[in-house]
Amino acid sequence: MAAPSIKIKVPATASKGEIIEIKSTIAHDMESGQRKDKSGNAIPRQIINRFVCTYNGKEMFTSDWHPAISANPYLAFFLKVEEAGTVELSWQDDDGAVYKRSAEIKLA
Amino acid sequence: MKNATPLLSRRGLLIGAGIAAAAIAARPRLTQAAVTEADRLIETLTGGVTPQAGKVSIKLPQIAENGNTVPFTVSVDSPMTDKDFVKAVHVVAEGNPAPGVASFNFTPAAGKAEVAMRMRLAKTQNVRAIAVMSDGSVYQAEQEVKVTIGGCGG
Amino acid sequence: MNRMLIGALALLGLAAGISTAAAAEPQDARYATGDKKSGYLFAEPETRAMQDDDFTNPGFLWVERGTTLWNKVEGEADKSCASCHGDAETSMKGVGASYPKYDARQGKLVNVEQRINQCRTEQMKAEAWKWESDPLLSMTAFVKTQSRGMPVDVSIDGPARPFFEKGREFYLQRRGQLDLACKHCHEDNAGNHIRTELLSQGQSNGFPTYRLKWQKLGSLHRRLAGCNEEIRAEPYPLGSDEYTNLELYLAWRAEGLPVEAPSVRK
Repeated sequence: MAAPSIKIKVPATASKGEIIEIKSTIAHDMESGQRKDKSGNAIPRQIINRFVCTYNGKEMFTSDWHPAISANPYLAFFLKVEEAGTVELSWQDDDGAVYKRSAEIKLA
Repeated sequence: MKNATPLLSRRGLLIGAGIAAAAIAARPRLTQAAVTEADRLIETLTGGVTPQAGKVSIKLPQIAENGNTVPFTVSVDSPMTDKDFVKAVHVVAEGNPAPGVASFNFTPAAGKAEVAMRMRLAKTQNVRAIAVMSDGSVYQAEQEVKVTIGGCGG
Repeated sequence: MNRMLIGALALLGLAAGISTAAAAEPQDARYATGDKKSGYLFAEPETRAMQDDDFTNPGFLWVERGTTLWNKVEGEADKSCASCHGDAETSMKGVGASYPKYDARQGKLVNVEQRINQCRTEQMKAEAWKWESDPLLSMTAFVKTQSRGMPVDVSIDGPARPFFEKGREFYLQRRGQLDLACKHCHEDNAGNHIRTELLSQGQSNGFPTYRLKWQKLGSLHRRLAGCNEEIRAEPYPLGSDEYTNLELYLAWRAEGLPVEAPSVRK
């Protein structure tokens, strides 16, 4: 499969100390490993198992996902902005692939 | 006419009904086993600390139209300072084949311990949110979600 | 109450049957016109909320991909969609609201999917995309969403008329082991329940739609095939003339409702 569609929503500016909401969504089947194909064979599990958010290279928020997370995972969470910098979001796939997106935040 | 061809015989339907009846009879036992598994998972995640009520809340639909995509929001009442913050939130679905849904690991830099996501629920069941605080205390909230099983299109 | 429907449910052992208790339906003038109601008004609040925000609507992951594909040069003619059609926001506005249309060269109806593939094979000299493939769904969603909010408005006169009549015939024809026509569920029983399932009017204005059941975007033809299977009838192939004719009848039936592509449904 081609690189998955990803959408992120990060405010371009924030005032010092402001708590901002970060939203993200990624196209992924999140194959649970519980399903069977038409001939009755188990479809192997393939999910995104970890999500990481860093700010200026420092880990701020992480999340571990199990097969119960819906296809095309959507995630919204918060971050307190103390300085201007770069938010990087990354998604780790069972197959070893890592998908990344980043955005700049300026101090207002 | 092409579309008039029956795809299932009457016998096929009766056998199907028998299987469905057997599945219903087996259900209570399965549910109980899954609750135990959820309890064991929570014990591992909390290091055996008994969860208290309060501080954490989970927002879920009372009725999920389809168990494939059930939106949830978990929020924890915490100042999120270096001395007093939420370390982790674990979401556990008691009635799923594997009860673990997701774990969210916070730092004080999050500013606010709140997340929103979507999960799969195999059937009507309780969903629990467990919050582990920086002082080691554990809080829990739970809510039942009725999962609509489609009569036809579902 | 429709005797045949109850008989069919009894045959399946669905003991709970049909309830006529009307669900509390949200009132939103944007999604209704006269007696016509979009499937949006039959959905649970959480499902409607998912559609209301383009960011939480998973269908927009496909629209996003369609945006990229619009500008991608493919085929021996060295063209992209944009080479001929420029900015889709202008050139595709209204297109999604007016299909299927009669195509004189083929002597039959084409829908948006078929029109896209016609462009690919004839103008771009590229391979046609497979029905229900990610690129075809993405491009269809991208084209149709340029008409979002515009009322469905199709032509059923002139050369389109005989195909429209075939579509209407299909809609009214009993079929399958349950011996039901489209109308039995979606006209005679719209708003009633089959077990826990609330029957909608079966309006087509939201397609392609992100169905929670499918966990992905899907075409109207996929939904029609699903409907046929549910009444134990053998479905027609996706992209078949039978479904495209029915698509025109359904579009006429939905006239005045807004294009919602990509909608979110259960």
